[in-house]
Amino acid sequence: MAERLLDVRHLHTSFFTHLGEVKAIRDVSFHVDKSEIIGIVGESGSGKSVTSLSVMGLLAYPGKVTEGEILFKGEDLLKKKKREMRKIQGNQISMIFQDPMTSLNPLFTIGNQITEVLHTHKKMGKAEANERAVEMLRMVGIPSPEKRVRSYPHEFSGGMRQRAMIAMALSSEPDLLIADEPTTALDVTIQAQVLALMKELNERLGTATILITHNLGCASSICDRILVMYGGKIMEEGTTEEIFYEPRHPYTMGLLNSVPKVNGEQSKQRLVPILGTPPDMLHPPTGCPFYPRCKFAVKACASMDVPEFQLSGTHRVSCFMCHPDAPVKEEYEKQKGGIRHV
Amino acid sequence: MSEKTLLEIKDLKMYFENRKGLLGKKIEYVKAVDGVSFTIRQGETVGLVGESGCGKSTTGYSIMRLYRPTSGSIIYDGVDIAGMSAKEVWPYRKKMQMIFQDPYASLNPRMTVSDIIGEPLDIYHLCEGKERQERIYELLNTVGLGKEHASRYPHEFSGGQRQRVGIARALAVNPEFVVCDEPISALDVSIQAQVVNMLEDLQASLGLTYLFIAHDLSMVRHISRKVGVMYLGSLVELAETEELYEHTLHPYTKALISAVPELDPAISKTKKAQMLTGDVPSPIDTPKGCKFASRCPYATEKCMEERPVFKDAGGGHFVACHLI
Repeated sequence: MAERLLDVRHLHTSFFTHLGEVKAIRDVSFHVDKSEIIGIVGESGSGKSVTSLSVMGLLAYPGKVTEGEILFKGEDLLKKKKREMRKIQGNQISMIFQDPMTSLNPLFTIGNQITEVLHTHKKMGKAEANERAVEMLRMVGIPSPEKRVRSYPHEFSGGMRQRAMIAMALSSEPDLLIADEPTTALDVTIQAQVLALMKELNERLGTATILITHNLGCASSICDRILVMYGGKIMEEGTTEEIFYEPRHPYTMGLLNSVPKVNGEQSKQRLVPILGTPPDMLHPPTGCPFYPRCKFAVKACASMDVPEFQLSGTHRVSCFMCHPDAPVKEEYEKQKGGIRHV
Repeated sequence: MSEKTLLEIKDLKMYFENRKGLLGKKIEYVKAVDGVSFTIRQGETVGLVGESGCGKSTTGYSIMRLYRPTSGSIIYDGVDIAGMSAKEVWPYRKKMQMIFQDPYASLNPRMTVSDIIGEPLDIYHLCEGKERQERIYELLNTVGLGKEHASRYPHEFSGGQRQRVGIARALAVNPEFVVCDEPISALDVSIQAQVVNMLEDLQASLGLTYLFIAHDLSMVRHISRKVGVMYLGSLVELAETEELYEHTLHPYTKALISAVPELDPAISKTKKAQMLTGDVPSPIDTPKGCKFASRCPYATEKCMEERPVFKDAGGGHFVACHLI
């Protein structure tokens, strides 16, 4: 078995607002092995970003982890003091943010911002750090990096800024890279470049990566395993093949259905949307968060917590349809093939 | 769908002035839209795709006459509206409406939904009093919202619902033609399908004609009958949807289509996207030759020197490339 790098166990994160407690994450468990890429897929408000911020220890007031453990290399990050966490943030765990326009400091050069990481964590001298910054920029494919280290963020295009962010995140050679919607703000052509770069760097440096995205296509193209989140809970987890070819959760099925098919005649087929709207997290539905929008919901879905059903070593689903006594519904059976049969 | 041409765009140009120098004497032009021509028939959907900054939204805005085009003509139902004054274009605004990209920014937070949808009715004095109220309820019903939503403010709605309000506002004056400027890109995947289905239903029931501007190629393929691909202010390829996606001619379109991530992991993991290197050149000094030549893997000397003509390559498949 591959070595465990990160093990998140029964994580609960809440935001204490003046309107009441918003339980953004409820009982989330997952793990990341060394040098694998996992994807967290879900729509806005599903808790995917809060999960990553909890792992990074970057939750700001009024957010707080209320329960659970985050084991990184066997040590619980939640028990660490702020000073100890600083040695891990940006050093052993790095993060890339969604918007490269706002997450770089406009007043410092790109080189300055990369060397800052190296000064702080690697105690490198000026010349050495500069050299390393140039090397990092070259690695992420920025032309004439010797000149570009002296550029300011506004002189870079969107795609180049995201590359610079990746260079910065990887300059300390982290064990875990968390990429929070790294391509959402970019054009498709640039998105393809950035995804290919992340995959290539993962293969070359063996950096484990968590890719957070709402785009199923992005997750499909580089991830080994995928977690599907909804309403602060994990609905389904499996290898990429299991999620796309053998989905068992109605939400996963719904997501796969609501994207137009790429091939020929099929692209004109009417889309099958998921009806309704995402839950209000201030008053989340009891039981399964997805039941108000679910076509296959039964009484039990609304009233009790849905247990997890382990379908294979890697595939787990939180849905009563996977219960051995579940009623057989024709439509559900039809969708079991995922994108192969729709 | 009828055979009647509703809208004909001929050599549309939209340049923006950029004054430089100490006294603003030196003028350079940002060529946002640089000679775009296409036609839209009544009842059909034409898609417009391209990277950000390629001028697709500016094209939409110019057709709506939210800008005064630098040159070219916009022939709507036989009348050229490109050069018209604001007063002359007024009646045409009632026939052409727009749905905006960002449902968070395009609704006034201080107005109730009823006021937002009612505003176009007031401007064109379409109905008053009780009749106006009835019309607002009817419109809300058309877009799948209820009477109870009329007195609420935009912040009380989710993104998908706000976009519905935006669509109801566009439909208030019974337009014939609607420019949809990235209407779904700010929405969640599960909600996108709802809005697209609604747009299709409305088209079927009200006989609307759409110009659908988007960067999501698979959604454009789904909704459009004809698709135009823009690059740096010009159309590089224009054809019926299936023809464009199945028999792609222009290298830029090929790169764009290959960059769309596939859902099927068996395909997406092995597929090598045709990577484009470099960035889009500045729209201020556009290259002399083909605009795409600097990033094109097949560029020849001729491409650098001479700009290709946008011409029919057979069967109504227009393309601007020397190699075809």
